[in-house]
Amino acid sequence: MFELFRKKENLRDRAFMILTLLCAFLPLAAAIGFLILLGGNSAEAFRTFGFGFLVSTQWDPVQELYGALPAISGTLVTTLIALGIAAPLGFISALFLVNAPEWLAYPLSQALDLLAAIPSIIYGMWGLFVLAPVMQECIQPFLADTLGLGKVPFFGEDYNGFGFLTAGLILALMVLPYICAVMRDVFRMTPGPLREAAYGIGCTSWEVASDIVLRHGLRGILGAVFIGLGRALGETMAVLFVIGGIAELPHSLFGSGTTIAATLANNFNEADGLLRSVLFALGLILMLLSLSVQAVAQLYLRNMDRKRGEK
Amino acid sequence: MRDTHCCVRRPVFFRKLLNAVMWLLSAGGVALAVFCMFWILWSVIRNGAGVIGLDFLFCGSKPPGEPDNGVGNAILGTVFITLAAVVIGVPAAFAGGVGLAIYGQNSRIGNLIRFSVNVMMGLPSILAGVFVYALVVVTTGHRSGFAGSLSLAIILFPVVMRTTEDMILMVPPSVHESSLALGMTRARSVLCIVCRSIRGGLATGILLAVARTAGETAPLLFTALWSDAWPWHYFTQPTANLPVLINEYTTNSPSEELHAMGWGAAFLITITLLLMNLALRFVCREKKHA
Amino acid sequence: MLDTLLSPKEKLKIKIAARDLSFFYGDHQALFANNLEIPENRITAVIGPSGCGKSTHLRIYNRIFELYRDQRAEGEVLIDGVNILDRNVDVLELRRKVGMIFQRPTPFPMSVFDNVAYGMRLHFKLRKSEIAERVEGALRGASLWEEVKDKLNGSGIALSGGQQQRLCIARTIAAEPDILLLDEPTSAIDPVATLKIEELLLSLRKRFTIVIVTHNMQQASRISDFTAFFYKGRIVEHDTTTRIFTNPSNKKTEEYITGRFG
Repeated sequence: MFELFRKKENLRDRAFMILTLLCAFLPLAAAIGFLILLGGNSAEAFRTFGFGFLVSTQWDPVQELYGALPAISGTLVTTLIALGIAAPLGFISALFLVNAPEWLAYPLSQALDLLAAIPSIIYGMWGLFVLAPVMQECIQPFLADTLGLGKVPFFGEDYNGFGFLTAGLILALMVLPYICAVMRDVFRMTPGPLREAAYGIGCTSWEVASDIVLRHGLRGILGAVFIGLGRALGETMAVLFVIGGIAELPHSLFGSGTTIAATLANNFNEADGLLRSVLFALGLILMLLSLSVQAVAQLYLRNMDRKRGEK
Repeated sequence: MRDTHCCVRRPVFFRKLLNAVMWLLSAGGVALAVFCMFWILWSVIRNGAGVIGLDFLFCGSKPPGEPDNGVGNAILGTVFITLAAVVIGVPAAFAGGVGLAIYGQNSRIGNLIRFSVNVMMGLPSILAGVFVYALVVVTTGHRSGFAGSLSLAIILFPVVMRTTEDMILMVPPSVHESSLALGMTRARSVLCIVCRSIRGGLATGILLAVARTAGETAPLLFTALWSDAWPWHYFTQPTANLPVLINEYTTNSPSEELHAMGWGAAFLITITLLLMNLALRFVCREKKHA
Repeated sequence: MLDTLLSPKEKLKIKIAARDLSFFYGDHQALFANNLEIPENRITAVIGPSGCGKSTHLRIYNRIFELYRDQRAEGEVLIDGVNILDRNVDVLELRRKVGMIFQRPTPFPMSVFDNVAYGMRLHFKLRKSEIAERVEGALRGASLWEEVKDKLNGSGIALSGGQQQRLCIARTIAAEPDILLLDEPTSAIDPVATLKIEELLLSLRKRFTIVIVTHNMQQASRISDFTAFFYKGRIVEHDTTTRIFTNPSNKKTEEYITGRFG
């Protein structure tokens, strides 16, 4: 009787284990499924264009000639602009939030975190109706004419409020809360004695942050940057409205272009045949980009988790 | 005596100046970010709050120019799609998190799963739409609210799973061990003891994840799409929802009236999500202080 | 005050003088009107049971406590006659002059060489060759040179605990301080390495005024010239080490050094 009871319990335990583990495997299965489906559906595109697809700049729906380079390079450019702004901004903001008195730091960090709660479509809308006009009337004229940056290559003298810089700014704002949150963790995890030793030798608080804390938490900080990178890479709605949406290589900061995600969003619903396969291929490229970025981020952050585990 | 081999001092002034400048910059950085947050919020409120009315909330969407235009169908559709995503995603993700926390420690497969969870968390949300399109829309031959739910569930899944695992691992092992010592099976001990002690934090974490997914647009573009109809054909037809409605009204329409409606919808979604977020954080903080 | 303790021919200059020094953690008072004079180029040991305020007292001398918002000190600490608690005193310069070594070794996350060079680069304008020369000098001064001369570019964190602590001492003396504060520097280190550090401190006595907080009574008697005994935030007795350990005038001191409590 007792034996039987035990067996039943064991059976239930086993069922529990199998069920939960099956569920645990789902993300892995999904990731593999993503790769298979995207790969399978993009086969036609790669058969048609070969790997020249990756470096071709053509985008001609009439003649059905497509290349991925404008979208890929546009994605990289917006991401780089976003990180170029968000990473240092996140670092110094985290510095302030960690050192400021609690009554000030708490509401400010909550407000900053709320940036992550705003849906991306709202960023896109705000970018289109609010930021783009401001960019056109104030910021871009200031940068191009007043500072004379228009003469510098990569900026461009023509501006209309849209383009890579605007998209990059919005993206920077979107990824800032994520970067800042991880950096705040990194700062808080710096051992007290190390901080005291640095102050003890006569450092200013900036010197402590830039020479000691930055070095000590370098991996965590890089991980934070990569998390932001992953987010910026695939963001769709915030970029879609302000990037301009033309399949051309990026030629200037103020110029228009496109990203992989924006290309997908703009064309997918109407596409069929070869174009759809091309879009799947772009999706596959985006997936691989994101995968590699995540892999690097994990590599860097795992070390931090381990350190946290020791505490 | 020692000063004889001491050489030129670096003036403290410039170091202090740099320090002050950086301190100002970092305060400025925070101020800038917070300012932008309020700027976005203010834009949404100024343009959207005035649109809100009974018609707006309870009438279905119609082509521009017709009377009694509203977003009632999109609100209902968003509720349908989000709830279904929660039903599909959350229980399984919770089970997965529990399984990973109990059986997946210090094992290679556990690390692989954890890695895949993190990768899926960082995956661009538009790819979830593309994936479900290829998987569901192509096979069934039509876009549907259900396909939208499925793509949201894919986004929700890794977040909930990771939150669950993190929360369980935060419970000291002694709690778990003592319940095992009472003769409970593993499954029971986890479900009863562990989950009870983490209920609050876990619910908060899951709700935060749901709030974030509810505002996702990109995955719905190719799956649920949108429509002017009420969402009664959730399983078989494109289904109205707020995010895609905003997208349609702002990009594909020159009509001022639709822009205003778009802002109204943006107001609804932003305020709801922000309030939810703030409330959840408040609850969380209260708990920590208690 | 101290003069009365010393034999007439031993006229020592007072380097640090604490006057009516009190300290607060928020509302909690940790030090009560401490008066202490510390002579130049001598080792002064600060002993007492845990929580008696000896580390707290030491942490006032370089104002490191100011990193924490709710901590404050009242009274005066005169270093070379200047009250360093005065707001006008430059805290960066103060901390260069008053170096501190902590309980746990705190090598910076950089190479051995940069660890030592970092502090002096902060405070001095130096040529490359001068830096190398001084790093070597500091490492020799901390009797670490022979052990690390082949791995100057290796990480400071890779050294053993005792080596790390001597690296921290080298780093501190490279900034040319007058005073070395050591807060239980050997409590996290094995006995052999501890002896090495004690020898090192004795050799540094000629150049610096050294104040060392220690739990270890043998250590205090081995290396210090003067000893101050703290109890519950007050200085119970301050005298030459010999007298404290052989013939303490206070009963509490006697109980502590004979190991009856603490």
